[in-house]
Order: sequence, then C-alpha cells, then structure tokens
Amino acid sequence: MLGEVNLFGPQLVLMCVGGMLLVAELVVRDRRVLVATAMTAVLGAVAYSAILLADGKVGRTAFDEVLVFDQFALFFQFLLGGVALAVIAASWDALARFPSRQGEYLALLLFSTAGLMLLAGTRDLIGIFVALELTSISQYILVGFHKDRLSSEAGLKYLLLGAIASAILLYGMAILLGLSGSTNLSAIAEYVADGDSGVIEALLLAMVFLIVGFGFKAAIVPFQMWVPDVYQGGPTPIAAYLSVASKAAAFAILIRVFLEALGAELLSAHWSTIFAVLAVLSMFVGNILAIQQADLKRMLGYSSIAQAGTILIGLAAITADRSISLGSGGILFYLAGYAVTNLTAFLVVIAVFNRIGSCEIDAYRGLGKRAPLLGALLAFSLISLTGFPPTAGFFGKVYLFDAAVQSDLAWLAVVGVVNSVISAVYYLRPVKAMFVDEAAPTVEMPARWRPNAPLALTLGLTSAGVLVIGLAPSLLIDVANEAVTIFVD
Amino acid sequence: MSTPVSEVVVWLILGLPVASFVLIAALYPVLRRYSAPAGWIAMITVGGSLGISVWLLMETINAAGQPLGFETHELVDVGSLLITIGIRLDGLTAVMMVVVTAVSFLVQVYSTGYMHGDRGYARYFAYMSLFTAAMLGLVLVDNLVVLFAFWELVGLASYLLIGFWFHKPAAAAAAKKAFLVTRAGDLGLLAALIFIWVRAGTLDIATINTEIVGAVELGLLGQTTLTLFAVGLVAGAVGKSAQFPLHIWLPDAMEGPTPVSALIHAATMVVAGVYLLGRFFPVLEASATASDLIAWIGVGTALGAGLVAVVQTDIKRVLAYSTISQIGYMMFALGTGAYAAAFFHLMTHAFFKALLFLGAGSVNHATNTFDMRRMGGLRTAMPVTYLTFVIGALSLSGVIPLAGFWSKDEILIEAWDHQRAIFALALVASGLTAFYMFRAIVLTFHGSYRGGGQLEPGGHGGDAAHPHESSWSMRGVLVLLAVPAVAAGFLTFGGEFQTWVLGALPHPKEGHFVFDLGVFLASTIVAAAGIGGAVAVYQLRLINVAALRAGRLRPVYHALESKLYMDLLVEDGLVRRFFHGGLARAMARVDEQGVDRALDGVWHASFEAGRWGRLVQNGQVQMMAVALVAGGVVVWGAVVLFWA
Repeated sequence: MLGEVNLFGPQLVLMCVGGMLLVAELVVRDRRVLVATAMTAVLGAVAYSAILLADGKVGRTAFDEVLVFDQFALFFQFLLGGVALAVIAASWDALARFPSRQGEYLALLLFSTAGLMLLAGTRDLIGIFVALELTSISQYILVGFHKDRLSSEAGLKYLLLGAIASAILLYGMAILLGLSGSTNLSAIAEYVADGDSGVIEALLLAMVFLIVGFGFKAAIVPFQMWVPDVYQGGPTPIAAYLSVASKAAAFAILIRVFLEALGAELLSAHWSTIFAVLAVLSMFVGNILAIQQADLKRMLGYSSIAQAGTILIGLAAITADRSISLGSGGILFYLAGYAVTNLTAFLVVIAVFNRIGSCEIDAYRGLGKRAPLLGALLAFSLISLTGFPPTAGFFGKVYLFDAAVQSDLAWLAVVGVVNSVISAVYYLRPVKAMFVDEAAPTVEMPARWRPNAPLALTLGLTSAGVLVIGLAPSLLIDVANEAVTIFVD
Repeated sequence: MSTPVSEVVVWLILGLPVASFVLIAALYPVLRRYSAPAGWIAMITVGGSLGISVWLLMETINAAGQPLGFETHELVDVGSLLITIGIRLDGLTAVMMVVVTAVSFLVQVYSTGYMHGDRGYARYFAYMSLFTAAMLGLVLVDNLVVLFAFWELVGLASYLLIGFWFHKPAAAAAAKKAFLVTRAGDLGLLAALIFIWVRAGTLDIATINTEIVGAVELGLLGQTTLTLFAVGLVAGAVGKSAQFPLHIWLPDAMEGPTPVSALIHAATMVVAGVYLLGRFFPVLEASATASDLIAWIGVGTALGAGLVAVVQTDIKRVLAYSTISQIGYMMFALGTGAYAAAFFHLMTHAFFKALLFLGAGSVNHATNTFDMRRMGGLRTAMPVTYLTFVIGALSLSGVIPLAGFWSKDEILIEAWDHQRAIFALALVASGLTAFYMFRAIVLTFHGSYRGGGQLEPGGHGGDAAHPHESSWSMRGVLVLLAVPAVAAGFLTFGGEFQTWVLGALPHPKEGHFVFDLGVFLASTIVAAAGIGGAVAVYQLRLINVAALRAGRLRPVYHALESKLYMDLLVEDGLVRRFFHGGLARAMARVDEQGVDRALDGVWHASFEAGRWGRLVQNGQVQMMAVALVAGGVVVWGAVVLFWA
C-alpha cells in the first residue's frame, strides 16, 4: 500500500507544504522564509519524481490506474515544477502588495501545481475531474487575489465560466461512463474499439464536450473569452502561470484522453478535423485581436490563444497511424519551449511593471536605452514567440509544421506560417518601441535599474533555456519523443 | 579509426579564443579603462590554441595526413533535415589551424605594440579573438551548413575590424563595401548548399566528396548537379578570396588597422575561399567546367591585380593587390589540379605576406602615413624593418631558396604540364610581382626621406619628422616571421608537406618533391628582370616615369590607376545606375503600388475584424457564458453536419 502512496509523493509534498504554509502564516511573516519554503516544496516534489525515476518506478500505476507514473507524466512533472519555481520567484514583488496573505498565495500556487501534476498523471475520468477542480479552484482565488475591482471581476468571471466549462466536461464524462460502464481510459478505449456504430453520435457528443472542457483550460477559440480579463486583472505572475502551466497540463490531458481513450480510427478522423479547424480559428482570432492591444499583458493573453492554436496543429497531425509520434512529441517540445519563452517575456513585463507601474506598450518606449539587458531579453523572447531562429520557438514550429506536412495536412502548416507572419506585426511592436522610438515623456524612467535577485536569476535561466533549446533542439526533442512512446502501440 | 586524441582537446582550440572573446566582453567595463589585460588574455588563449594545433599537426603527420576519426554529433534533427556538428581533423585542417593560430598569435603580439594607446584597445582584442575563433571553426567542422555559419561569422568579424576606426568615414564605407561585396559571393555558396541538400540530401562534407562524387561517376546523379554545386562553391570562394570580379572590396579593406590586414586580409580569411575549394577538391576535380572557370578566373586575377599593383602609391594597397594576385595563383593551381601546390603556396604566402604587412605597419608607425610618396630613405632609420621587408619581398618574388620560390615554382610546374597558356600568363604575373615589390622597397626605404604624414587626431604614432624603429614587440614579430618566410619552403623536400595535405583527400597519395630546371630558369630570369627593372626605373631613374605617365603611356596609366575601371563599373554602373536607378526604383513602384496596398488592405480588414471581435468580447460575463456554450454547440453541430 505504501508503494502506491509513494507514487503520489510529489503531489503530496506540494499539498502538505501548502497546508503548512497556510498555518505558518499566522506566525511567520517573513517573505524570505515563506518563499524559500514554497520553493523548497517544489524542488522537493521534483526531487521526489527524480528519485522515483531513478528507482525504476516509471510505468507503475496506483489506485486502480487513477494515478500513473509514466514518462509522459514525468515530463510534465518536471516542466510544471520548473514553471512553478519561476512563478514563485517572479511573485517576489507582487507578494509585497498583500503582506498578510503571502502564505495563502503561495499555498494556493502549490495546490494548483499539485493539481496540474495530477492532471498529467492520471488515467481515470474521476481523477481528471478532481485534478482539474483542484487546480481550477486555486486559480480562481489567485486571479482575484488583489481584491481590487479589476482583479475581483476577473476572478469572478473565471469562476463562473470555469464552472460552466466544468459542467459541460462532466456531462461528457458522464456520457462516456454511461456508455462504457467505466471511468478508466483503457476500458473506454476497449469499448470504443469494439465500435458499436449505433452509439457513435453519443460518443461524438461526449468528445465535443471534453474538447469544450479542456479547451477552456487551454484557451482555445471559441472557449477563450476569459483570457484577456484574467490576464489583465489578475496578478501578473498568475497570468504567466496560467499561460504556461495551465496550458501545458491542459494539452497533456488532451493528448492522453484522445490518444488513449478515443484514439480508435472511428473517432480519430473526426477529432483530427475538429482540432485542425479549431487551430485555424485560434490562430487567426488570437493574432488578429492581439494586433489591437495597447497593453502588453493583454497582448500576451491574446498571443497565448494564438499559440494554443499552433499547438493544436500538432494534435490535428496525430493520425491513426501511431508510428508517427512526431505530432505529440512536437507538442511536448513546443510546450517546453513556449514555457521558457513566455516566462521570459512575462518576467520582463513583471520587472518593468514593478518599476514603472505600467504594462502599456507606449511605456516601453526607449526602454532599450535605459535597461538594455531587460529590453534585449524581452526582444529575444518575442522573437522566439514569433518563431525566428535560433530560438526555441522556431524549432517548436518546425516540428509541428513538419508533423502536419507528414500527416497530409500541408494546408494547416501553410496557415501556421501565414499566422507566424501576422504575429510578427504585434510581437515586433514592443521591440520597435524599446529600441527605435524615443522615450515617452509622460512615463518616468529611472536611469538604470536591475530587477530583484530572484527574478533576475530566473530570467537568466529561462532566457538561457530559450537559447539552448534553439541551438541544440535535439536534446529536448529526444526527451519529448521518449515521453510519448507510451502512446505508440 | 580510433585515435589517441581526445575530441575535447580539439574543441579547446576553438574554445580558447571564444573564451577570450567572452571574457574581454564580460570585463569590458573595466578593460575599457585599464586595457592592458585584454591583450594578455587574447595572446595567452591564442598561444594555447597554437600549442594544441602544433601538437595535433604532429598527430596527423603520424597518420600520414589522413583524418583522425571523430564522432559527429546531432545538432538539429527535424524530419528530413539532419544537421550534425563534428570535427574533421586531417592534414589539411591541421595545416590550416597551425597557419591561423601561428599568424594570429604573432599578429596579436605585434598588436600590443601597434595598438598601444588606442582608445579601442580592449574592443580590438575582443574582435581579434572572435575572428580567430570563427576562422578555426571554419576549418575544423565536417558539415557544410556549420561551415557556412562560421563563414558568415568570419565575415562579420572582418566587417567589425575593417570598420574598427568607424569614426573615419573611409573605414566605415570600406567595412560596408567589404560586407556587401562578399555577400554577393556568399549567395552563391548558400545556393550551392541548398541545392546539394535538395538534390543529394546531405550536407556532410566527407559524404559529398566520396559518395556524391561517386554517384555522379556511376551516373546515378547528373553531372549538371555536381557542376552547379561546384560553381556555387566557386562563387563563394571568389567573394571571400577577393577574386575577379568581386576583388574590389579588398583594397578598400586596408582602412582597417594594419595588423588586421596582415591577419585577416592577407594570411587567413581571404584564403578561406581556397580552403573551401580545397576541402571540396574531389567535387572540383569531377567538374571540368568549374575547374576551368576557377583556373581562368585565378590566372586573370593574378595578372590583372599584379598590373594594378604597379601604379599604387599606398604601400598597403600595393600589398593588397599583391594578395589578390597571389590568391589568384592558388586558385588557378586548384583549377589545374595542383591541390597540394595551392596549399603549399597558401602556407608560405601566409607567413611572408603577414611579414610584409606588419613591416608596412611598422613603417606607418614611424611616418604616420601609408603614402610611399611621403616616405623614402627609411633603411637607415629602421634597419630591422627594412631587412625583414626585403626578405619578405624576395620570398614573394620567388627568389631561390626562399619559401615563396618553392611554392610558386611548384604551381608553375603543374601549370606547365596542364595548360601552357595559363603558365605563360602566370609567368608574366610573376615578373610583375618582383617589379612592384621592389618598386615599393625603393620608394619606401631608399632615396631620401620625404617628410611623412600628419598625426591624425585621436590617432597614435611617433614623431613623423624623425622616424625611428618600432617597439620590441613589433620588431621581434618581424624577425620571427622572417624565419618561415625564408625556411618554410624546405618542407617540400621529400614531398613532406604535400603528403600531409594529400592525406585529406578520399584517395590519399604520397607527395613528392618536384623540380624542373626549365621552369626554374624561366621563373628566376623573370624575377630577376622584375627586380632589376624596378631598381633601374625607380632607384637609378634610367627611365623618366613622370614623363611617360604624362606622355605616351598616359592611357595605360589612367586605366591602371582607375583599377582597370572595375570599381567604376561595379559601384557606379552596377550599383548606382542599374541597382539604385533601375531595379530599385522598379521594385519600389511594385512595392508601393502593389504590396503596400495589399498589406494596407489586410491591415484594415484585421482592424475591422478586431473591432467586431471586441464587440463580442466585451467583457460581459453573461455574453461570455453564452459564447462559451454557443461555441460548444457550433462545434457539435459542425461534427454532426459533416459526419452525416
């Protein structure tokens, strides 16, 4: 029995330390202690995973397959752990705004991360739902954490819409359970493979409901409407967290559910088309709306919708022929590359906001002269988001587009390239503002400054990640392809 | 083949200059003010690289110049595109590495004296380290695309160093010109790279040299494929190595600091084109078209540049045209199949040409000018510079038994066997070489001193009115370089050197020493005639040059002084009239009328779409909830609709 609980260890570490932080807050107010504790918890969870890996536990399951510890789950545990560390470091200044609730903030972040890790490592509908709610409820509170008008409104909206999305998802799950008589993905897969064509409509309905539920978390059009308000209203580190961690876990569960449970040829032709169409929609809507934004945070919000569309190309490219793992491996690669890239961008936005109190693109004018390093890093991350070499973003797109071409979806790759060009319009605008335009007279720019140490260190690590992945992509793609081998029959 | 050499050690050769560049860049805020350590960092690191290079040369000599096997590493693996990075270490690479690191080391020692007191001292050594690293990467890698990356990086370093004194308009313009002109050739190389990848699916140099060439011989792949690829390589080489018609950037590049000219624009970077063609020698050999092309370009350049060098008044420009001319020798040697001879000449040339450039730098330090009309009589004031310069000039002129004689003679012998017309033209060029070099010596060092130049504001140098010998670091390097300028040719005895570089070919041969009495007599007579002619005209003044110039030979002089109208043709005709005036204007019209309007349309459409989008996305939570559910319904409806 302890063996089974053992596999739950990483999540358990996060939950326990989170609970401790809630209590400890009553006596400890020192920001350094609280942040250090939270970071230690994440490091502990990651280390726990690493020990399980070294102990040869990969491939084990626990609690009747509600929990699986395979290389796919492991990939996301490391990725999510890294993101959580970066977000905690990035929250250093934000925490100062609510000195009496720092522990609560960090605890919620840990709970949410535990939920996301669980989401990537479960093979059961109940497990999926519990994980999703665990992470979502923490996130609703975190978005409204500032308690000011914008933040509360964003939190409430996210809660209401999230509840609707959850309800739809649950409905889809109920249909699957009703049809197959099991909540286990493998059992559902067996049922689908036996293929009673009389129930195909019901299966398709369930499938669409699942897409709505997961698509909401991944911010796919047309389930994306919460994004701009939440990004603008919520604390910026939380926006970064949602854009990277939440999205990654949502795609993880999309890949797992659709490949493991609904992968039969009967259905995969359908969802491949749905994902292709949603990819096109997300890319166009995200990119075109992003062009309009004057606020960098909102722009990054819309850009994250377009990025989700790009990732969907990989899902559409997963054909019934599973020997091509390119699509799913490419998604994992893209998610990791996107994580470091978007974190870099957000970290600079946070650093600048901490100093000048604005996220308006106009306020960035002349930043390249005042803070050349910060400006260069933001420019570098935006270039990676656009998809220029030699960055992580470039190779992520190459892998996904290549997968599309190999799956006879060349038109989708073309749409992807066209959208990359469109996205350059708004991604390069801040770069121009920083390096070409004269400083805005209305915004007071301190002559020289450097961000606080934890943020600066994290920024160094994430931007190095963007460059390293861009220079030696084979390191990461090998790991990503290894992680998706579990789906190859 | 297993090898006792660890791969890490080989990468260290490249890593040391990289480390130097990074270190100087990182410490720049400090080094800008206390700059002396920058020179030490650069010298020590490149000295380390030199040490390892020499050791590796020994190792490859033990292996008869054949490649030491190293595994290649995957860098990028995307679908069908596989880019690897690995080391190819054979006799050719080892020789190139020793030449690059040796000249780089000596030039940097010299630079500590030459650049002393310059405001950009630290920046200078950072760039020099960057260049050395890029050049070493260029000769080290086993893959064409990685080679291309280093090829461009070398170009960047060259750009930065030519424009090092960017406050001088001439320097900034020269840097730009060099960058743009070489880019024209690089386009050919890039096209060759893409072409061979599309047609053959590989970028691995060894694979191209063996399997692809073999496939063409067996008829599995068209001869045209190989020829087009080879012609692309030739274009790249012509740009980088300043051959006709892309040679026009090199004389202008003399605006850079003189040690830069010695290292980059005489000894190393400009011969990268020769290296490229040598690296792909099996390809070149298999394509008669490309071979002939480069042979005639080479000999034409050798002759034309030699002619232009005769009328130059700037000592560095004489040397620049001489470099173009000598690289022409290497090029036609490759074109006539004299692979080993080309690299032998490359090696000897690197040493004596670096020596000559550094000598010119030493003279400039004393007189504040490069204009030979303002020099004269320096042999008494600067005996060391004079003596070493004469040694370099004799070597370059091909006087037995100096290094230049052996390498040039070997090229001439091969040309005689292969193509008599090329031999004849090369022999004329050889006489011109001796003539313009001794013209330069007479004008610079003999006669009486003509006053030197003004010290430029912000420049550095001595008192031009009383020229004196340069500092010990500069003189010492001149003496050190004079040794290989004399003795490097002896490596040909027994075919030693030839064996090393021939080992790099897919079918290695034993090298052997060649000597031909007829060719020896012909070249020696021509060289003696050139030297004698220069002394007769400029020292003894048997002929009145000024009168000739104003009189009957005026059109000839005019043509030569206008650099055979090449700069005029390219800059005014091609760039200004055709490109700016015609092509660019036409393109602008297409852009304004067509592309811009289309883009404006897209922009407006996006903007309108965005306004509509914003109406829907108005932040009302009820509206959002409806949209969410509606979205689901639409997806479901679409599925049902299209499934039915």
